[in-house]
This record gives sequence, structure tokens and C-alpha cells, in this order.
Amino acid sequence: MQEQKYSRLRWKIVATTLAFSLIPLLSLGLFIYFQFSTTYTDKIASNLRTILENKKRAIDQLIEEKIAQIRIVAQTHSFEQLSDQGYLRQVFAVVQANSKLFVDIGIIAEDGRHVAYVGPYKLTEVNYRDEPWFHEVMLRGLYVSDVFMGFRQFPHFIIAVKRQEGEQGWILRVSVDQDVFNNLVQSVQVGRQGDAYLVNSQNILQTASRFDGPPLTPSRLSAHTYFTGVRVETTGDGDEGRLMGLTWLDNAKWMLVIVENPIEEMSPLISSQRNVVLITLLGMLIIITGTCLTAEATVRKIAEVDREAALLDASLMHSSKMAALGKLAAGVAHEVNNPLTLIRESAGWIKDLLADEDPAKIENFEEIAKAVERIDQNVERAKGVTHRMLGFGRRMEPTQENVNINLLVEETLKFLENEAHHRNIAFIREFMPHPPLLSTDPSQLQQVFLNILDNAIDAIDHDGTVTIHTGLTESGREFAVIVHDTGVGIPKDKLEKIFDPFYTTKKVGEGTGLGLSIVYGIIEKLGGRIEADSEVGKGSTFTVFLPLG
Amino acid sequence: MKVLLVDDEKEFLELLTMRLTKRNIEVRSASSGEEALAALSEGGFDVVVLDVRMPGMDGIETLSRMKALAPDVEVIMLTGHANTEVAERGMEMGSFDYLIKPVSINELLIKLQDACRKKRLMAKEL
Repeated sequence: MQEQKYSRLRWKIVATTLAFSLIPLLSLGLFIYFQFSTTYTDKIASNLRTILENKKRAIDQLIEEKIAQIRIVAQTHSFEQLSDQGYLRQVFAVVQANSKLFVDIGIIAEDGRHVAYVGPYKLTEVNYRDEPWFHEVMLRGLYVSDVFMGFRQFPHFIIAVKRQEGEQGWILRVSVDQDVFNNLVQSVQVGRQGDAYLVNSQNILQTASRFDGPPLTPSRLSAHTYFTGVRVETTGDGDEGRLMGLTWLDNAKWMLVIVENPIEEMSPLISSQRNVVLITLLGMLIIITGTCLTAEATVRKIAEVDREAALLDASLMHSSKMAALGKLAAGVAHEVNNPLTLIRESAGWIKDLLADEDPAKIENFEEIAKAVERIDQNVERAKGVTHRMLGFGRRMEPTQENVNINLLVEETLKFLENEAHHRNIAFIREFMPHPPLLSTDPSQLQQVFLNILDNAIDAIDHDGTVTIHTGLTESGREFAVIVHDTGVGIPKDKLEKIFDPFYTTKKVGEGTGLGLSIVYGIIEKLGGRIEADSEVGKGSTFTVFLPLG
Repeated sequence: MKVLLVDDEKEFLELLTMRLTKRNIEVRSASSGEEALAALSEGGFDVVVLDVRMPGMDGIETLSRMKALAPDVEVIMLTGHANTEVAERGMEMGSFDYLIKPVSINELLIKLQDACRKKRLMAKEL
């Protein structure tokens, strides 16, 4: 019952303390964990954005540069000049000397006729009048095509510019090797899972993708309509999670895509997060350990205080009971004493009167004298009883006297001699001759010896000995009274509980469980201590140590 | 020897008076402190036997007044077992001795004789 109460209390303390310390710790831990994550993700995203913007600018610039080259050629030469196949070849040679990326060059007249061509295809005299790109160039003055596989099995794209020469407009058209972009784009394929490529509006790869294949294969990317600026998206999660940056180019209808694996990028973050988790776990461990230890210590302290309070209660209960009993005894003794005095005086008077009489004249003189003598004797006996009762009553009040312990023990043994005799139990006295007088409370101490001796007799039940040894301890600073019985003994596990209030090994109704706790309380109050030792089947030894002086 | 017996128990007074008279002691009895002081003022007493526990003026007060009234008269206190402390206080205040009730007549006689002897010796010295 008690154990259960303390166990419940312990859990209550543990739960409350843990709640108040773990909740803030966990909140802080989680906050830091997610704050790290958010900050780091934002950082990676902004990084990606910067790379994307830079790349886009570079690619746009490259395209712009190519367009500018073509425009210079168109604007520095007339249709007449460039329609001449030979002249065109010379011009193309100059262009190619600057950049090997140009694959072919052609001049297209206003009506769509291919008037001159230098390159690997036989495209002269082909009419482009019905081609959509032709109309776009004629309308907008510039056209950049998607990528296609060229004659040399290399991906190419077309740049076409229009020049208006008076009434007449004509088109200069070149094919450019797509390889120019591959290096530029692929340089940002970072990590083991990063990727970078260009796609057109139909989601067809314009440069090689690391994972989706060579140019002109469809990408696995979902279709995106044109938008301005830079867009960063996350796809999938866990190891499959991808951070994807998208932006449309200004000078071609292509979208630049850069893919990163956040897990790879975030490895510093993950190690920080692991540290946060480890520190939090360590903190929790310390808190839990600390809480358990504190709770244990607190509960032990409370239990101790409870035990002391119970002991004090028991001792108070006992002393008030004994005080009441003492008062009653003293009252009775006093009331009986007055008639006793009168009986004695009356008997004395009879004796006095008889002394004057002549024994021969009174028939029963002898008998009367004997009866009076008997009255006197019994009054003396009754006087002894009332004196003892008064003495008992008086002893219930705390006093400080110089006490001969041997005499006190002897007096206590007198109380029990009758009982011991009936049960065939012998008292063996090993008293120290001429013991020092102890300044202590004799009645309280008598209660101590009475309880210990009473227990000894109960432990023996029948046939045995109780040895009472008195003497100084080895140090000479204490006086010891050792009571050894040949009783049943107390098991080791119960030995430490025998001084607890309400602990009893006796049958229900036979023992209050207060005897030894009262003994303990009294001895503590008198400044002494008590030790118990026992062996089951051989008997128990109680040693009372009392301070000298 | 002239003795003044003071006790609130009339029967006790009666019996003790008879027994002491029979032993050739002149006895006068008083059943209260006031009565005792009145008797004492008449003079001629050697010893007072005074009960500690009395209603009204108790033994100790009677004793102190007696000592003021007739310092030469010796007082023997009578007490129950419970009141020995009071009797001891009486001795500090100048009583000759005390006896515990029920008292044996021989013991009382010896104490009376001792007290009387002391009183007479003191008187001689003066």
C-alpha cells in the first residue's frame, strides 16, 4: 500500500518534470531542425536560381552573337553580291574562319526561292514559300529554329535573318552546330545526379540530357508553357527528390532546365541536422536520468519524513496513553491510601488497647491479637501496592535522574519473572559490577527494556534463556545493554523493518507493531541508539547503547 | 512533650490523638491550617505534626505562617507518597522532617522525640 503510494508519487514527479523539461527541449530541437532545413533549402534554391540566370544569359548571349554575325554579313553585302554562288562561298569561308560552328549558308529571295547555297546539301532552287519559318522571318526579320539532326549526324539549328534592300527583301539563312551549347549547358551538370539541358516548347531535348538521352529525344519533363523569369520546383521526395530550375531563353524558344539532387546538395545540412538530433537526444537522456534520480531521492526523503512522522505519532500516542494511565493510577492510589491510613491507625489502636487488657480475662485474646497483626501486615502489603502505583504514575512524567541501569533492568525483570517462570524461561544476568550512573529518564528506559524483554519472551515462547548483559562499550563512551534470546529469530529481510511503526510479525490482534518503534523513538530521544541482530532458529540480540554522562 | 496534630481527616486525628495520649504525650488536634495557627498562638507546643494536603490553607502555607509565628516550634510534615516533593520543599522552609502515610506509630514516636530534643537543645543554646 505504502509502496504503491510512493511509486505513484515517483511517477507523478517524473512525468511532470519530464513534461516541463522535454517539451521545451523538443520544441527547440524541432525548431532548429526545421529552421536549418528551410534556410538551407532556400539557400540551395537561390543558388540554383543564380546559376540558372547566369547560364541563361550566357546562352542568350551566344545566340545573340551568332545572330549578330549573320546580320553583319547580311547588312554588309547586297542581294546581288550574295546571290553569286562563288561570292557566297568566299563570304562563308570568312565566316567559318571565325567560327567553325556554321555548317552551311543560303540566300533566299522574297518569293521563297533558294538563290544561292554553300553547304553539304543540295538545296539550290528549293522553294520555301510555303514553310512557316519563311513567313516568320519575312514578318519578324529573325528566325531561330529548333534543333534537328544534320547531314553529318550532328544536331543543328537554323538562324535566318531578313534584309530589306529598298523594295526588295531577302533572307540570309545559316545552320549552326548545336554542339556550341552542349558544353555550355552540361558544365552545370553537378554531382552524381545533377542534370542540365535545353528543351523546346514540345518538350524535345535540344541538348543531351544526362539521364533522358541525346538531343531530339523527348524529355520526361512535364510540359511547360512559356513564362518569364526563373522558376524553381521540387519534384518527388526522399532520395528521388529533385530540385529543378526552369527558365525560358530570350533569343530562342527553348527552356533551360537545371536539375539538382537536394540530398547531395544538402549533405552539410543533414550532418547539422544529425548533430541537432544527437544533441537533443543527449539532452533528453541527461534530463531523463536527472529526473529519475531526483524523483527517487525526493520520494526517499518523503518516505523518510513520513516514517519519522508516523514514529512520532506512535510515540506521542503511547506517551499520552501512558500519562493518562499514570494519572489514573496515582488517583486510585491516593484515594485508597486515606482509608488504608485509617485502617492501620484503627488496628494500631486495637493493639494499644489490647496491651492494657489482661489476656486471661478475654476469651479470644490470642485470636484477636493475631487478627489485628494480620490486618497490619496486609495494610503494609496494600501500602506497597499503592506506592508502586503512585511510582508508576509519577514515572510517566519525563524526568532526568541519575540511574543505575542494573537496578532498572532488575526492576523490569521483576515485572516479567512470573510470566517467564510459567513458560520455563530463565533470565541470565551478566551485570557489570558498580555500573556508572547515567543521567536519563528511568521510566522511559524501563519501557524500552520492558518491550525488548517482552519480545524476547514471545520469541522463545517456551523453554529457553534470555541473557541480559550490561557494561561499557569498547570505546568506553557508551553504556550497552545487550539482550539475547534463544527464540525463533528474525529473517534478514525483515530485520530492517522491525523498527518501522505498525510492522509486526505477530498474529493479527497480538501485536500492535508499535513496541519496537516506541523503543526506537525513546532511545533516539534519550540520545542513544539500538542495534538488532538475528539468526533464524538461533535467536535475536538487541543492543541498546546509551550515552554516558 | 506537647504536640499539635493538624489534619483535615477527623477520624485520623481522633485515632492518632488517642494513641499518642496513651503514650503519655500531650496532644491537641486541629482540622485546618487556620485552627492550627490559632492553637499555636496559645503557645507551649514542642512539635507540630502537619498534613501537607488540606483544603483551604494547605500544609506549605500553614508551615510558613507557623515559622513566622513560632520559629522555635519544630514541624513534622505528613504526606502521601505522591507529594514527597512538597514535603521536601517544606524541609527547605524549615520543617524538621517528613513522614509518608500510612505512618507507623513507632516511627512517628521516634521522629517526635528527635524533634522535641532538637527544640529543647536550641532553647538551651539561646
